[in-house]
Amino acid sequence: MARTTKNQKAAFEPRLIQPTRASVKPRGGAVEIAGWGGYPVVRGVERRSENLAAITRDAVLTRGLGRAYGDASLPPAGDYAVAASPLADRLLGFDQARGVIRVEAGFPLMRLNRLSLPRGWFTPVTPGTHYVTVGGMVASDVHGKNHHVAGCFGEHVRSMKMRVADGAIIDCSDGQHELFRATLGGMGLTGHILEVEFQMERIPSPWIWEESERIDRFDQVLEKLEEAGREWPFTVCWSDFLVTGENAGRAILMKGRWAQPNEAPAGQPKWRSAPTLPFRFPNWALQTWMLRVGNFLNWSKHGPKARRGIAHPETFFYPLDVVREWNRVYGRRGFTQHQAILPAPHTHPRHERFLRLLHDNRAKVFLSVVKDCGDEGKGMLSFPKRGVSYALDIPVDHDTQRVVDRLNDFIVAEGGRIYLAKDAFTRPEHFRAMEPRLDAWNAVRRQWDPEGRLKSALSVRVLGDPS
Amino acid sequence: MNVAFLGASKGMGRALARRMAERGDRIFLLGRDSEDLRRSAADLANLGATGEVGVGHCDLMDRATFGPALRAARAALGDVDTVVVTAGEYRVQEDLERDADARDRLLILNLVNTIHFCEEARVLLLQRGGGSLCVFSSVAGDRGRKPVILYGASKAGLSYYLEGIDHKFHSQGLRVTTVKPGFVKTGMTAGLEPPPFAGEPEGVARDVLRAIDRGRPVVYTPGMWRWIMLVIRYLPRAVMRKIGF
Repeated sequence: MARTTKNQKAAFEPRLIQPTRASVKPRGGAVEIAGWGGYPVVRGVERRSENLAAITRDAVLTRGLGRAYGDASLPPAGDYAVAASPLADRLLGFDQARGVIRVEAGFPLMRLNRLSLPRGWFTPVTPGTHYVTVGGMVASDVHGKNHHVAGCFGEHVRSMKMRVADGAIIDCSDGQHELFRATLGGMGLTGHILEVEFQMERIPSPWIWEESERIDRFDQVLEKLEEAGREWPFTVCWSDFLVTGENAGRAILMKGRWAQPNEAPAGQPKWRSAPTLPFRFPNWALQTWMLRVGNFLNWSKHGPKARRGIAHPETFFYPLDVVREWNRVYGRRGFTQHQAILPAPHTHPRHERFLRLLHDNRAKVFLSVVKDCGDEGKGMLSFPKRGVSYALDIPVDHDTQRVVDRLNDFIVAEGGRIYLAKDAFTRPEHFRAMEPRLDAWNAVRRQWDPEGRLKSALSVRVLGDPS
Repeated sequence: MNVAFLGASKGMGRALARRMAERGDRIFLLGRDSEDLRRSAADLANLGATGEVGVGHCDLMDRATFGPALRAARAALGDVDTVVVTAGEYRVQEDLERDADARDRLLILNLVNTIHFCEEARVLLLQRGGGSLCVFSSVAGDRGRKPVILYGASKAGLSYYLEGIDHKFHSQGLRVTTVKPGFVKTGMTAGLEPPPFAGEPEGVARDVLRAIDRGRPVVYTPGMWRWIMLVIRYLPRAVMRKIGF
């Protein structure tokens, strides 16, 4: 009888299948549901089953692991039913010669990675966490550190099986229905995604060769990012927007590529199971000064010299996943992320003005990620386009709405746009001004759902759906 | 292992079958919904199950299907050394008190027909000189309790049956493993509020496979439930009448 190896043991991760919930208090079947940011919280009925086709029949929306920060995965207020996909997680096909994979929508990215890395394949695009489902990756049309070369996840999707609003189950591929492109980045509002087939990327080894360097001045960040992008498939910057003065916006630039077999370690990467933050912190626990100190230590620890070497793929792609439920540090108030893109060309004054805007509005930006994006892709409502994306984590307080409004005024004026998967505060008039593509997308959506059966808390808030 | 598996497409069964597939066991799936079985078979084959993962029709409500299903598994695998049964039904006590048909169905599925199936499996395994029979019962069968009176009764009967055949046939090479899961977060328990020490299907799968490999007769999972049930079993009746557990 074969013995289980250590690696296989760790490949199973308990607690993976629980979508984020504010609390579980059944009352007439309705529970409180929240996204990753813990704000807002909505009451709704969450249906969970292996049979996703059955539970999507009368659901207004399907949600995956609930990693969208704001209200994208929440039903509108009013105890609506939402289908939860994580139990629908079967691997229906894996052609190891061609790298084509077909999965049920609830299949989690972490399992995909741990399955495919030892076999020489990797997801063509990964977001910054592996606690997402493939269905969610399509609905948000996620992007990653390689957006400047690989585009969004949707570029690599070959076909989908969907339950559309009238109840029919259809196969949907590019060129066949406009619905396909409307569903990439369509936030689950064009139909329930049941299955996804996509093309994986061939990798020379399961290890990453990483180089990182400090950038002392904000005005060099964009230049260095662009320069790095010409040679490296994976690039990203962690920037410090809490420091003021001439160091404002200083950053650590991370660059990576798949290691060649001759430079990679001999073995396979070990899969570690991450500890869970055991309780929710009180609201006051996380103070700005602590983040300042943390950022400073992180900055100092790196040292002025460039660092290079082999990195574990999970450490490289998912640095924040080392602690589960880290969102609890923000307490019950929750937090939001304002991720916006400032379109090319990269003129420094525009970015300097953005930085100044953050300071003038005393935005408590606890964590910020800067990434240059490539061209707009297939998705009719997908977030990225050529320009620089800023992802800013902000704890929710009485002032958050005002800060987001000011930032959005600026984004609209500069011709940028925001990422719905992170959003909880953007006003409909701002979103409309950012999205000239909205009418075309709406037309496809209405063609497939004339009665408006599919909706979410986000679509009611931002797109003006009736609740 | 060459496994005939009844109930691999959902919940704890799915997790256990995956664990077997990942280490390269050979698996044959039994169940009612052939399309669903084929999808699970593809899943297990893609995860590393050795050879083709076949499927055969077996309806726990129809005991005429049991013998042919197990023989189909033997024909496909060549030899069956392990039979796993995770199929069963859970209904809340209030539904069962109201509805005699639901009561009938639950008792037939969880007790009567599961025993019929195990009898067929026992005969099949003893013909080849023994093997493992792993059946999912429940901690609910350890003591009569208010929230799970009928479900618990069906599982208590099943546990006693499994204990009995272990006593009688152990010397002939039959290794019976009675699995007693506590509260586990699956589709079956979705909508119920998870108590402390609620388990995940993946953890159950790890515990159960280890128990099968070692021929352990009873496994509580998560392990904490062994101690919880020990206390519950010895609580005085006067206390059980008062508490809602």
